[in-house]
Amino acid sequence: MPEDKAKKDAVAEVETATTHGDENAAADGKNTIDRVNAPLATEDQKVSSTQIHETGAGSVSTLDPEHSSPVRMGERHGMFGSSLGSDTSGYGQLVQAIYYPGASERPYGGYFDEVADRLEEVLAEKYQQAVTRVVIDRREMTLDVPPEHLRLVAQTLRDDPGLRFEMCSGVSGVHFPDDVGRELHAVYHFTSITHGSRRVRVEVKCSDDDPHIPSIVSIYPAADWHERETYDMFGIVFTGHPGLTRILMPDDWPGHPQRKDYPLGGIPVEYKGATVPAPDERRSYT
Amino acid sequence: MATHTDSTESQDLYGSSDDQDATFTASGGDWDQVVEDISAVGEERIVVNMGPQHPSTHGVLRLILELDGETVREARAGIGYLHTGIEKNMEYRTWTQGTTFCTRMDYLTPIFNETAFCLGVEKLLGITDQIPQRASDIRILTMELNRIGSHMIALGTGGMELGATTVMTVCFRERERLLRFFEAVSGLRMNHAYVRPGGVAQDVPAGALDLLEDELVDFRRGLREVESLLLANPVLRARTVNVGHLSLTGCMALGITGPILRSTGLPHDLRKADPYCGYETYDFDVITRDTTDAYGRLCIRIDEMWESLKIAQQAIARLRASEGQPYMVEDKKIAWPAQLSVGADGQGNSLDHIRKIMGESMESLIHHFKLVTEGFRVPPGQAYVAIESPKGELAVHVVSDGGTRPYRAHFRDPSFNNLQAASVLSEGGLVADVIVAVASIDPVMGGVDR
Repeated sequence: MPEDKAKKDAVAEVETATTHGDENAAADGKNTIDRVNAPLATEDQKVSSTQIHETGAGSVSTLDPEHSSPVRMGERHGMFGSSLGSDTSGYGQLVQAIYYPGASERPYGGYFDEVADRLEEVLAEKYQQAVTRVVIDRREMTLDVPPEHLRLVAQTLRDDPGLRFEMCSGVSGVHFPDDVGRELHAVYHFTSITHGSRRVRVEVKCSDDDPHIPSIVSIYPAADWHERETYDMFGIVFTGHPGLTRILMPDDWPGHPQRKDYPLGGIPVEYKGATVPAPDERRSYT
Repeated sequence: MATHTDSTESQDLYGSSDDQDATFTASGGDWDQVVEDISAVGEERIVVNMGPQHPSTHGVLRLILELDGETVREARAGIGYLHTGIEKNMEYRTWTQGTTFCTRMDYLTPIFNETAFCLGVEKLLGITDQIPQRASDIRILTMELNRIGSHMIALGTGGMELGATTVMTVCFRERERLLRFFEAVSGLRMNHAYVRPGGVAQDVPAGALDLLEDELVDFRRGLREVESLLLANPVLRARTVNVGHLSLTGCMALGITGPILRSTGLPHDLRKADPYCGYETYDFDVITRDTTDAYGRLCIRIDEMWESLKIAQQAIARLRASEGQPYMVEDKKIAWPAQLSVGADGQGNSLDHIRKIMGESMESLIHHFKLVTEGFRVPPGQAYVAIESPKGELAVHVVSDGGTRPYRAHFRDPSFNNLQAASVLSEGGLVADVIVAVASIDPVMGGVDR
C-alpha cells in the first residue's frame, strides 16, 4: 500500500538522519549525540499513535493512498514531535520530513469532478498548462495555477455558467522558505452562490526573487484590499493592481511582517523576579 | 475634523477676505445670487480628512472625502490604525492558545472568531464529526447570543452617530443582559477564549440557563423598545431610507456578505447555505429586504435578532435535555486535561485534577504537562472554513506544517471586505450620509485591522 510505503520512507528518513550523521561531528565537540549507545527502534518501542493518526485527517487526508501521493515540503528539526522511531526523550535531535497532501487522481468526488470537467472543457488545450495540479484534501479542492494563467482561470471561474464562482472571498499569503523557487504562495478562495456555496481554492506560487503575480482586481474587484494586504504582509507584487500600496502597516514600513524570516519581535518581561523571554525567543516545541 | 483646501490658495469659503461675495447661507436671500455663487464654487473641491479619531467613524477608521459643497465626490477609507499583528502572533502560540488571540480581533463577535478558528483546526485534525453534539449546541447558543449583542451595538452606535443617544443607552443596556450570561459561562464579558479546538472550555454551569431565560424575558421587552424607538421614527427614516444604496451586482463584485447582501433580497446565509455546527437541525428563517439601503439593513438586523432568539430558545431546550453529556472531544490527546473551577483565589484548575496529577497518577501529570506546554500536533495541510458572523462571511484559512503551532492563520474578516464598499455607498451622496452608510456596514476596526 502506498500509505505504508510513505510511512516507511518517513521512518527511514528519521533513521538516516539519526544514525548516519557526520561521524566527525562528535569529535569537533559540536554534536554530543551518543549514536553508538542510542536505543534501536523495535516494534514495542514505537510510540503509540493518536486518534488523529489512526482515524483522523492524519490517516486519510495527508497520506490518502486512493487519491494522492504526499509531497515533501521540508523537514522539521527539534527535540520533540516524532511519533515514529524510538526516541521519546528528544535528545536524539529529530529530523522529520514534512509531507503535504499531493496531487490527486480522478475521481475527485463530490462536485469537484464537475468543476474540473467544466474547467477542462472551457479551457480546452490550455487546461494542462493552466491547472498544473489538483489537490483534494479535507473535502476541499485546490487548483495549482501558474501566475501567467491566473487571470484566465479566474475569468473562466467567474464567467462560465457551469462554474460561476461569482465571489472572491479573499486572498491569503503563505510563505514557505523551504519550497525553493516558489517560496511565496498566494491562496485565493472563490465561492459560487449560484451552485450552492461551492468553494474552490486557487494556489499561485512565485519565488522570493521575482515576487510577481498578476492582479485579478479587474475581474474580482473584491480582491482589491486583499491583494493589498498580501502585498503588505508578504511582499507579493500584484501587477496590474490599480493602487498597490500598504494597507495595514504604515506606508514607510520596512519589510513584510508575515514572512517567515521577519522576526516577531518583543521584549523580555520580568515577573516576580523571573524573566520571561519574548515569545519568539522562548523554548519551542514545534 | 481637519479641513484642507486645494493647493491653489484662498478658496476657504469663510476664511478669505478678498472673496467675501462667495460666502452665502442657504436661508433667505436672493436665490439667483445663490445659484450664481454655487456655479462659481463648483470648481472647488475640498478634501476633508475624517478620522481616524472621530466619534462618528465607528472606531479608528479614517475617511478621506473629496467634497463638492455638501456632496461627496470621492471617498476613500484608510485603515490599519488598529493593526495588532494577531495573525503573526498566533504563529508563535499553540493551536489552543490561538483562540485567546483571535477572540480579540472583532471584539464584538468573539465567539464567532473562536468558532471559525476552531472549526478550521478541527477540519485540519479531521475530527469535525467527532465534536460532541452538546459542544455544538453550546457553540450555537453562544454564537446566536453574540449575534444579538453585535447587532445591538450596530444599532446603538449607529443611532449615536446619528445623534440619538437614547438608542445607544437602550441597546447597550439590553446587550448587558446577554453579557451577564457570557460572564456566568466563561468568566468574561468579552474576549472569552471559550470555544476551544475539540469543543468548549467548560460546560455551561448549573443555573446559567435559568439566568439566561430570566434575562431573555426582559431582553424581549427591551428589543421591542428598540424596535418602537427606531422603525417608525421619522428622523431615522429620513436619515436612512434610500441612503447607502448598493445593488446585488455591486455586492457580488465587491464580495459583500451579511446584512448588506441580504438587503438586496438575496437570502444568502451560510447557516443555511453551508451549515456548520448542526445549524441545519435548527428552525429559523433568513431575513431579507429588497430596499438596498441603510434602513433595510437596520430592519434586517432587528429581525435577525428575533430569529436568533428563536434559535437560542431551541438551543436552551437541547442543552437542558443533554445535561451531563460531554462538551469536549473524546480524544485525550486534544482535549484539555483539566477542568476549571472557582477556588478561593479565583478561577483555576480544579482541585480534584491537581490532587490526581500531583498525588496519584504520574502519567496524568506527564500528559497534562505535555499537552499544556507542548500542545497537540496537527497534520500538515490547509483548510478554509467560513461561518456566518453578524457582519457576513467570517472565514479562516489555516495552514499547518504538522507542528504544535499554526504555520499560518489568516482571517477573512467580513468588516475588512465590506469596508471596501464605503466608497460606493457614499460617493454622490451628502457628507452627512457618509456616517449612515458606514454605520450600515457596521465595521469593527479590531476585525478589519486584526
